[in-house]
Amino acid sequence: MKKGALFIAISFILVACSTSPNTDMANEETSNREVESIGQVSIDGSSTVFPVTEAVAEEFYAVNPDIKVTVGLSGTGGGFKKFCRGETDVNDASRPIKETEIELCDSSGIDYVDFTVAYDGLAVIVHPDNDWVDELTVAELKMMWEPDAQGEITKWNQIRDEWPDEELSLYGPGTASGTFDYFTEAIVGEEGASRGDYTASEDDNVLVQGVASDKYALGFFGLAYYEENKDKLSLVPVNNGDEAVLPSEETVKNGTYSPLSRPLFIYLNDQALAREDAAEFTQFYLETAGELVSEVGYIPLTDEEYAAEMEKYETFLETL
Amino acid sequence: MNRITRSKIIDQLFKYFGILCTSIGLIMLAALLINVFSDGFGRLSIDFFTALPSRFPEKAGILTAWTGTLWIFGLTILIAIPLGVGAAIYLEEYTRKGFLSNVLEINIANLAGIPSIIYGILGLTIFVRTLRLGESVLSGALILSLLIMPIIVVSTREALRAVPKTIKEASLALGASQWQTIWHQVLPAAFPNILTGIILALSRAIGETAPLIMIGALTYVPFVAKSPLDEFTVLPIQIFNWISRPQAGFAINAAAGIIVLLGIVFVLNGIAVVIRQRARNKIKW
Repeated sequence: MKKGALFIAISFILVACSTSPNTDMANEETSNREVESIGQVSIDGSSTVFPVTEAVAEEFYAVNPDIKVTVGLSGTGGGFKKFCRGETDVNDASRPIKETEIELCDSSGIDYVDFTVAYDGLAVIVHPDNDWVDELTVAELKMMWEPDAQGEITKWNQIRDEWPDEELSLYGPGTASGTFDYFTEAIVGEEGASRGDYTASEDDNVLVQGVASDKYALGFFGLAYYEENKDKLSLVPVNNGDEAVLPSEETVKNGTYSPLSRPLFIYLNDQALAREDAAEFTQFYLETAGELVSEVGYIPLTDEEYAAEMEKYETFLETL
Repeated sequence: MNRITRSKIIDQLFKYFGILCTSIGLIMLAALLINVFSDGFGRLSIDFFTALPSRFPEKAGILTAWTGTLWIFGLTILIAIPLGVGAAIYLEEYTRKGFLSNVLEINIANLAGIPSIIYGILGLTIFVRTLRLGESVLSGALILSLLIMPIIVVSTREALRAVPKTIKEASLALGASQWQTIWHQVLPAAFPNILTGIILALSRAIGETAPLIMIGALTYVPFVAKSPLDEFTVLPIQIFNWISRPQAGFAINAAAGIIVLLGIVFVLNGIAVVIRQRARNKIKW
């Protein structure tokens, strides 16, 4: 009994401390005993965003070992199904939420807010011995990948006459991947529309292996996979009408590598954000993302953009 | 004479065919082992077992993954064995042969062929959502139990069938009830063969990933599960995640993880084989 009373008294004091406007490191430990806090933040969603969230969770654990942050990887769509049932607090997403998912969230009364946390570039890759391709236009990529190309466009010289009369072998992510959705949307113009007769794998390392061992191959996947395998692959500049641009941190950041760069998001349940633990995690995410994103192979936003996201977060907190 | 030589040649040919069949399996296993050991053996260390997941491949460990695997394994044993063996005893010893038992039998055999992801979807609806067990060790173990139950039922029935009818009849003739006969005569006699089926079934369960991902088994978990209702991850999920990462360091971690998983399966199977041998030696008629 006595212990219980003491505990309640202490909690009151701690709560009083944590609500003081001047929050600094010293009372971070105390604030997770906030009445509403459950000491847990559950995250699921995109496997593309996973490395970023894992890195943030890892660093967050070092500062706040009392808050259990768990991260799953059901994919962006699978994650939204759970998120919109209120089963998770945060959803990692490699694309914006879809209309159908918004309806799902609405129907179960889930409100949310999204933040952009990083950029990812899609790299178009050929074999290093490929000496004929010095750039590809968006139209040429479309010609190779659109559904009508199936069984029709099978040779390199069908793309440009001067290119060799050799088989064009295509490698790309499988249809369940957010990368596939994004590429088809950006290149073919319709999400999910693609030829089916290409070598597909959900594991990008398999695609790396495939392109690296086939002189007449062409593939696309996340830029990070190219960065780790530079010696085995050759990067193709993409021409969107103005100029041929190679993907790099700079060209992805300033938007000139278009249309094959995309933002990565986190979606937060606003009920969860009302909790001290989730709010603290989100703030930590936005503060540290800039540094952690490049460590795991993605491209950070500019400092101003992160500041804007932070401002959005703070304004949002006030509306709660 | 001619016919005899021909028979001998066929005999020899068949022997070499048998050796070929055996060695294909062994060569595949050896190739896997050599590949995995050369990549991952150097990565094994105490730290690897005690560290939490990390974005730095050299700092990352499998503490939550191997403890999760043992949790799942332990609970699956507790749930699947009584259910599977119980069902098999009922089907083999109590039901009358007829239309209904045929239907049951065909259905159980069919269950064994259902893709594991389907069990994941079933588990998500029943255990995670309807029974509100959440994305917990218990949900995972229940799903894997369902998944391997058909295998246990089928192999246990075979084991029970192999017990000589005379033993049962002698026991019944001495006035033992059916339950006493099953408990004191049939089960001990069938136990070693039942165990063989259980070993095969559990080895399958320990490598499953798909149904666990379906129910939302996590990938980054910074704590070891303390109760059956905690969240968890397992080795196959951790390995799967590492293999698909771009950094070469994670591929090495994945190989080391595979060695640990193989080690766990090997040790557990070893224990079961010893128990089976002991039980076999005990049977004296």
